[in-house]
Amino acid sequence: MKVLILVDAINGQPKNTSLELLTAAAGASEIITASFGPGSSQLSLGSWGVTKHYHGEAGALAKHNPAAYLEALFKIVESEKPAVILANSNTLNKDVFARLAVRLDAAFASDVTELQLQPFKARRPLYSGKCTATVTMADGATKILLVRSNQLPVVVQNKSTTPQLIATDVATPTMELTNVAKSTSTALDLTEANIIVSGGRGLKEADNFKLITAMAEPLGATVGASRAVVDLGWVPHSMQVGQTGKTVAPSLYIAAAISGAIQHLAGMSSSKVIVAINSDEKAPIFQKATYGLVGDVFQIAPALAEEFKALQK
Amino acid sequence: MRVYICLKQVPDTETRVKVAASGSQLDETGIKWVINPYDEFAIEEAIKFKEANPQATVTAVTVGPKARVNQALLTAMAMGADDSLLIDCSDALDPLTTAKLLAAAIKKEGEPHLIYTGKLSIDGSFSATGPMLAELLKIPHVSVVSAIQYNGTTLSVQREVEGGTTETYSAPTPALIAANKGLNKPRFASLPGIMKAKKKPMKEIPATELGFNPGMVKVQLTQYELPKDRPACKMIPGEPQQQAKELVRLLREEAKVL
Ligand SMILES: Cc1cc2nc3c(=O)[nH]c(=O)nc-3n(C[C@H](O)[C@H](O)[C@H](O)COP(=O)(O)OP(=O)(O)OC[C@H]3O[C@@H](n4cnc5c(N)ncnc54)[C@H](O)[C@@H]3O)c2cc1C
Ligand SMILES: Nc1ncnc2c1ncn2[C@@H]1O[C@H](COP(=O)(O)O)[C@@H](O)[C@H]1O
Repeated sequence: MKVLILVDAINGQPKNTSLELLTAAAGASEIITASFGPGSSQLSLGSWGVTKHYHGEAGALAKHNPAAYLEALFKIVESEKPAVILANSNTLNKDVFARLAVRLDAAFASDVTELQLQPFKARRPLYSGKCTATVTMADGATKILLVRSNQLPVVVQNKSTTPQLIATDVATPTMELTNVAKSTSTALDLTEANIIVSGGRGLKEADNFKLITAMAEPLGATVGASRAVVDLGWVPHSMQVGQTGKTVAPSLYIAAAISGAIQHLAGMSSSKVIVAINSDEKAPIFQKATYGLVGDVFQIAPALAEEFKALQK
Repeated sequence: MRVYICLKQVPDTETRVKVAASGSQLDETGIKWVINPYDEFAIEEAIKFKEANPQATVTAVTVGPKARVNQALLTAMAMGADDSLLIDCSDALDPLTTAKLLAAAIKKEGEPHLIYTGKLSIDGSFSATGPMLAELLKIPHVSVVSAIQYNGTTLSVQREVEGGTTETYSAPTPALIAANKGLNKPRFASLPGIMKAKKKPMKEIPATELGFNPGMVKVQLTQYELPKDRPACKMIPGEPQQQAKELVRLLREEAKVL
């Protein structure tokens, strides 16, 4: 079975989410990879058993333009004809691979959370995490699977292939990516974060959200929010966790002054450990929490921030 | 100038999911069906476009079982869509099949200038139907869109991707836009709007007339499972400082997540 993996890189190294995919493909008879953007030819992938690596650093592939990625990947897939294509389930890749699925008349699934290639088994959430389902794909169709971060194990491989490097380029697409404004935050995205601290309406005022940030900072955690505070304009929608926000599954989720409405729970209840801080012991969030702290967020949050700071030392 | 809105009817977000005996669908008893929340931004954007371009005709399109999805189209027309297309299909579809039916219907109906979809459906949540439809029609698309500037035959479109990065795209029309929250504030259907909607045309097309056969569906979702019950919550008593200390100890020693 031939597997093609789109590798995301950061600082010249494959991201952890890509290592998850490389691990999942470890038993495949042939693993080929593709990666685009500056430095994409420099990734060390030999220990993962990769035999060919397609890269493209310049021109339209220098930026994350889905239209350019699509053309590059289509060229690669036409010559390699992989049986399975794997990539991280992010915004860019959903744009690219949904369209690629049309060209290949492929079987496509995004947001996969469980994956085994031989024998094939995949599962994904439905109803924003209110349930999960097995993904059955028609025989004979190319399988395209976009897998969520932090779902699959990473097992370091010690193979020693020397991937053949193949440069790719594409014509400038009619749809141009004209501007990229990076956020100043260095925290991981909510969907990739290992620890998330979220705040809700019980904080009373926008300014009090700094209590949440103060807990997050020493942990290197990403800050999230309930829809109530997004609607109040305290924080942007990109921080909303829940059925109409982001679905997250960190190893630690701290919900402070969040009641735990069904739409919020849908987005975070597959987190490994959940901590709830709430003054109302009957708040629904406690039904999903691992640890519960009944009390005043204005007292508990600063105390926790101190404890988290002490851990750093 | 034709403008299309693709909308899906989904269970209300309040729905407590129960799995049907088959294991491959929801137990639909008592479910309240609503327009997918992201599709409301698509509807609003299309109506706003028409307000600025009165020569445009806005058509709402959906694929689903006619007995229930007609309500979603009526709502879209009550909000301001001119007419609607109901592609009647009761099978569970994958996004590619849905996109193929939408593409076939739109090709029959008339060249699009713009197509609006939601960024994802809150039931299937594939984030794929819009991009697939755009590919089938060979037009560009931008997804997760939070702002659009219309400059004649080009659009300048903004979206936010992971990590809070904002990207701006320039795309020629015709194009497909998949709307995110924040793009606009969807209006409510007014009473006169609801009355008017009843007289607006709703065209019904059986999916088979658009080439549908069940063999087209390549992805099936089966063996639905509810999340496992979580063990009961361990309450940490005491004064805030004690609670904080004990929590950190448990997170390190018991849960081993710090
Ligand atoms: C279509 C739709 C989609 C939705 N999607 C989402 C979504 O994606 N995400 C989402 O989060 N919500 C969503 N919601 C909204 C959801 O129903 C709730 O309204 C929202 O989650 C409530 O946010 P909250 O918990 O911050 O506020 P509240 O429900 O007001 O809860 C505040 C909590 O703070 C506690 N509190 C108050 N004071 C203190 C104190 N001093 N110390 C400690 N605790 C205190 C209170 O006991 C209470 O439990 C959606 C709703 C709809 C209709
Ligand atoms: N059955 C359908 N009928 C019409 N539009 C749909 C249908 N399913 C999905 N869409 C559109 O495609 C978007 C993305 O859906 P999905 O790919 O399921 O996440 C939705 O927000 C709708 O705009």
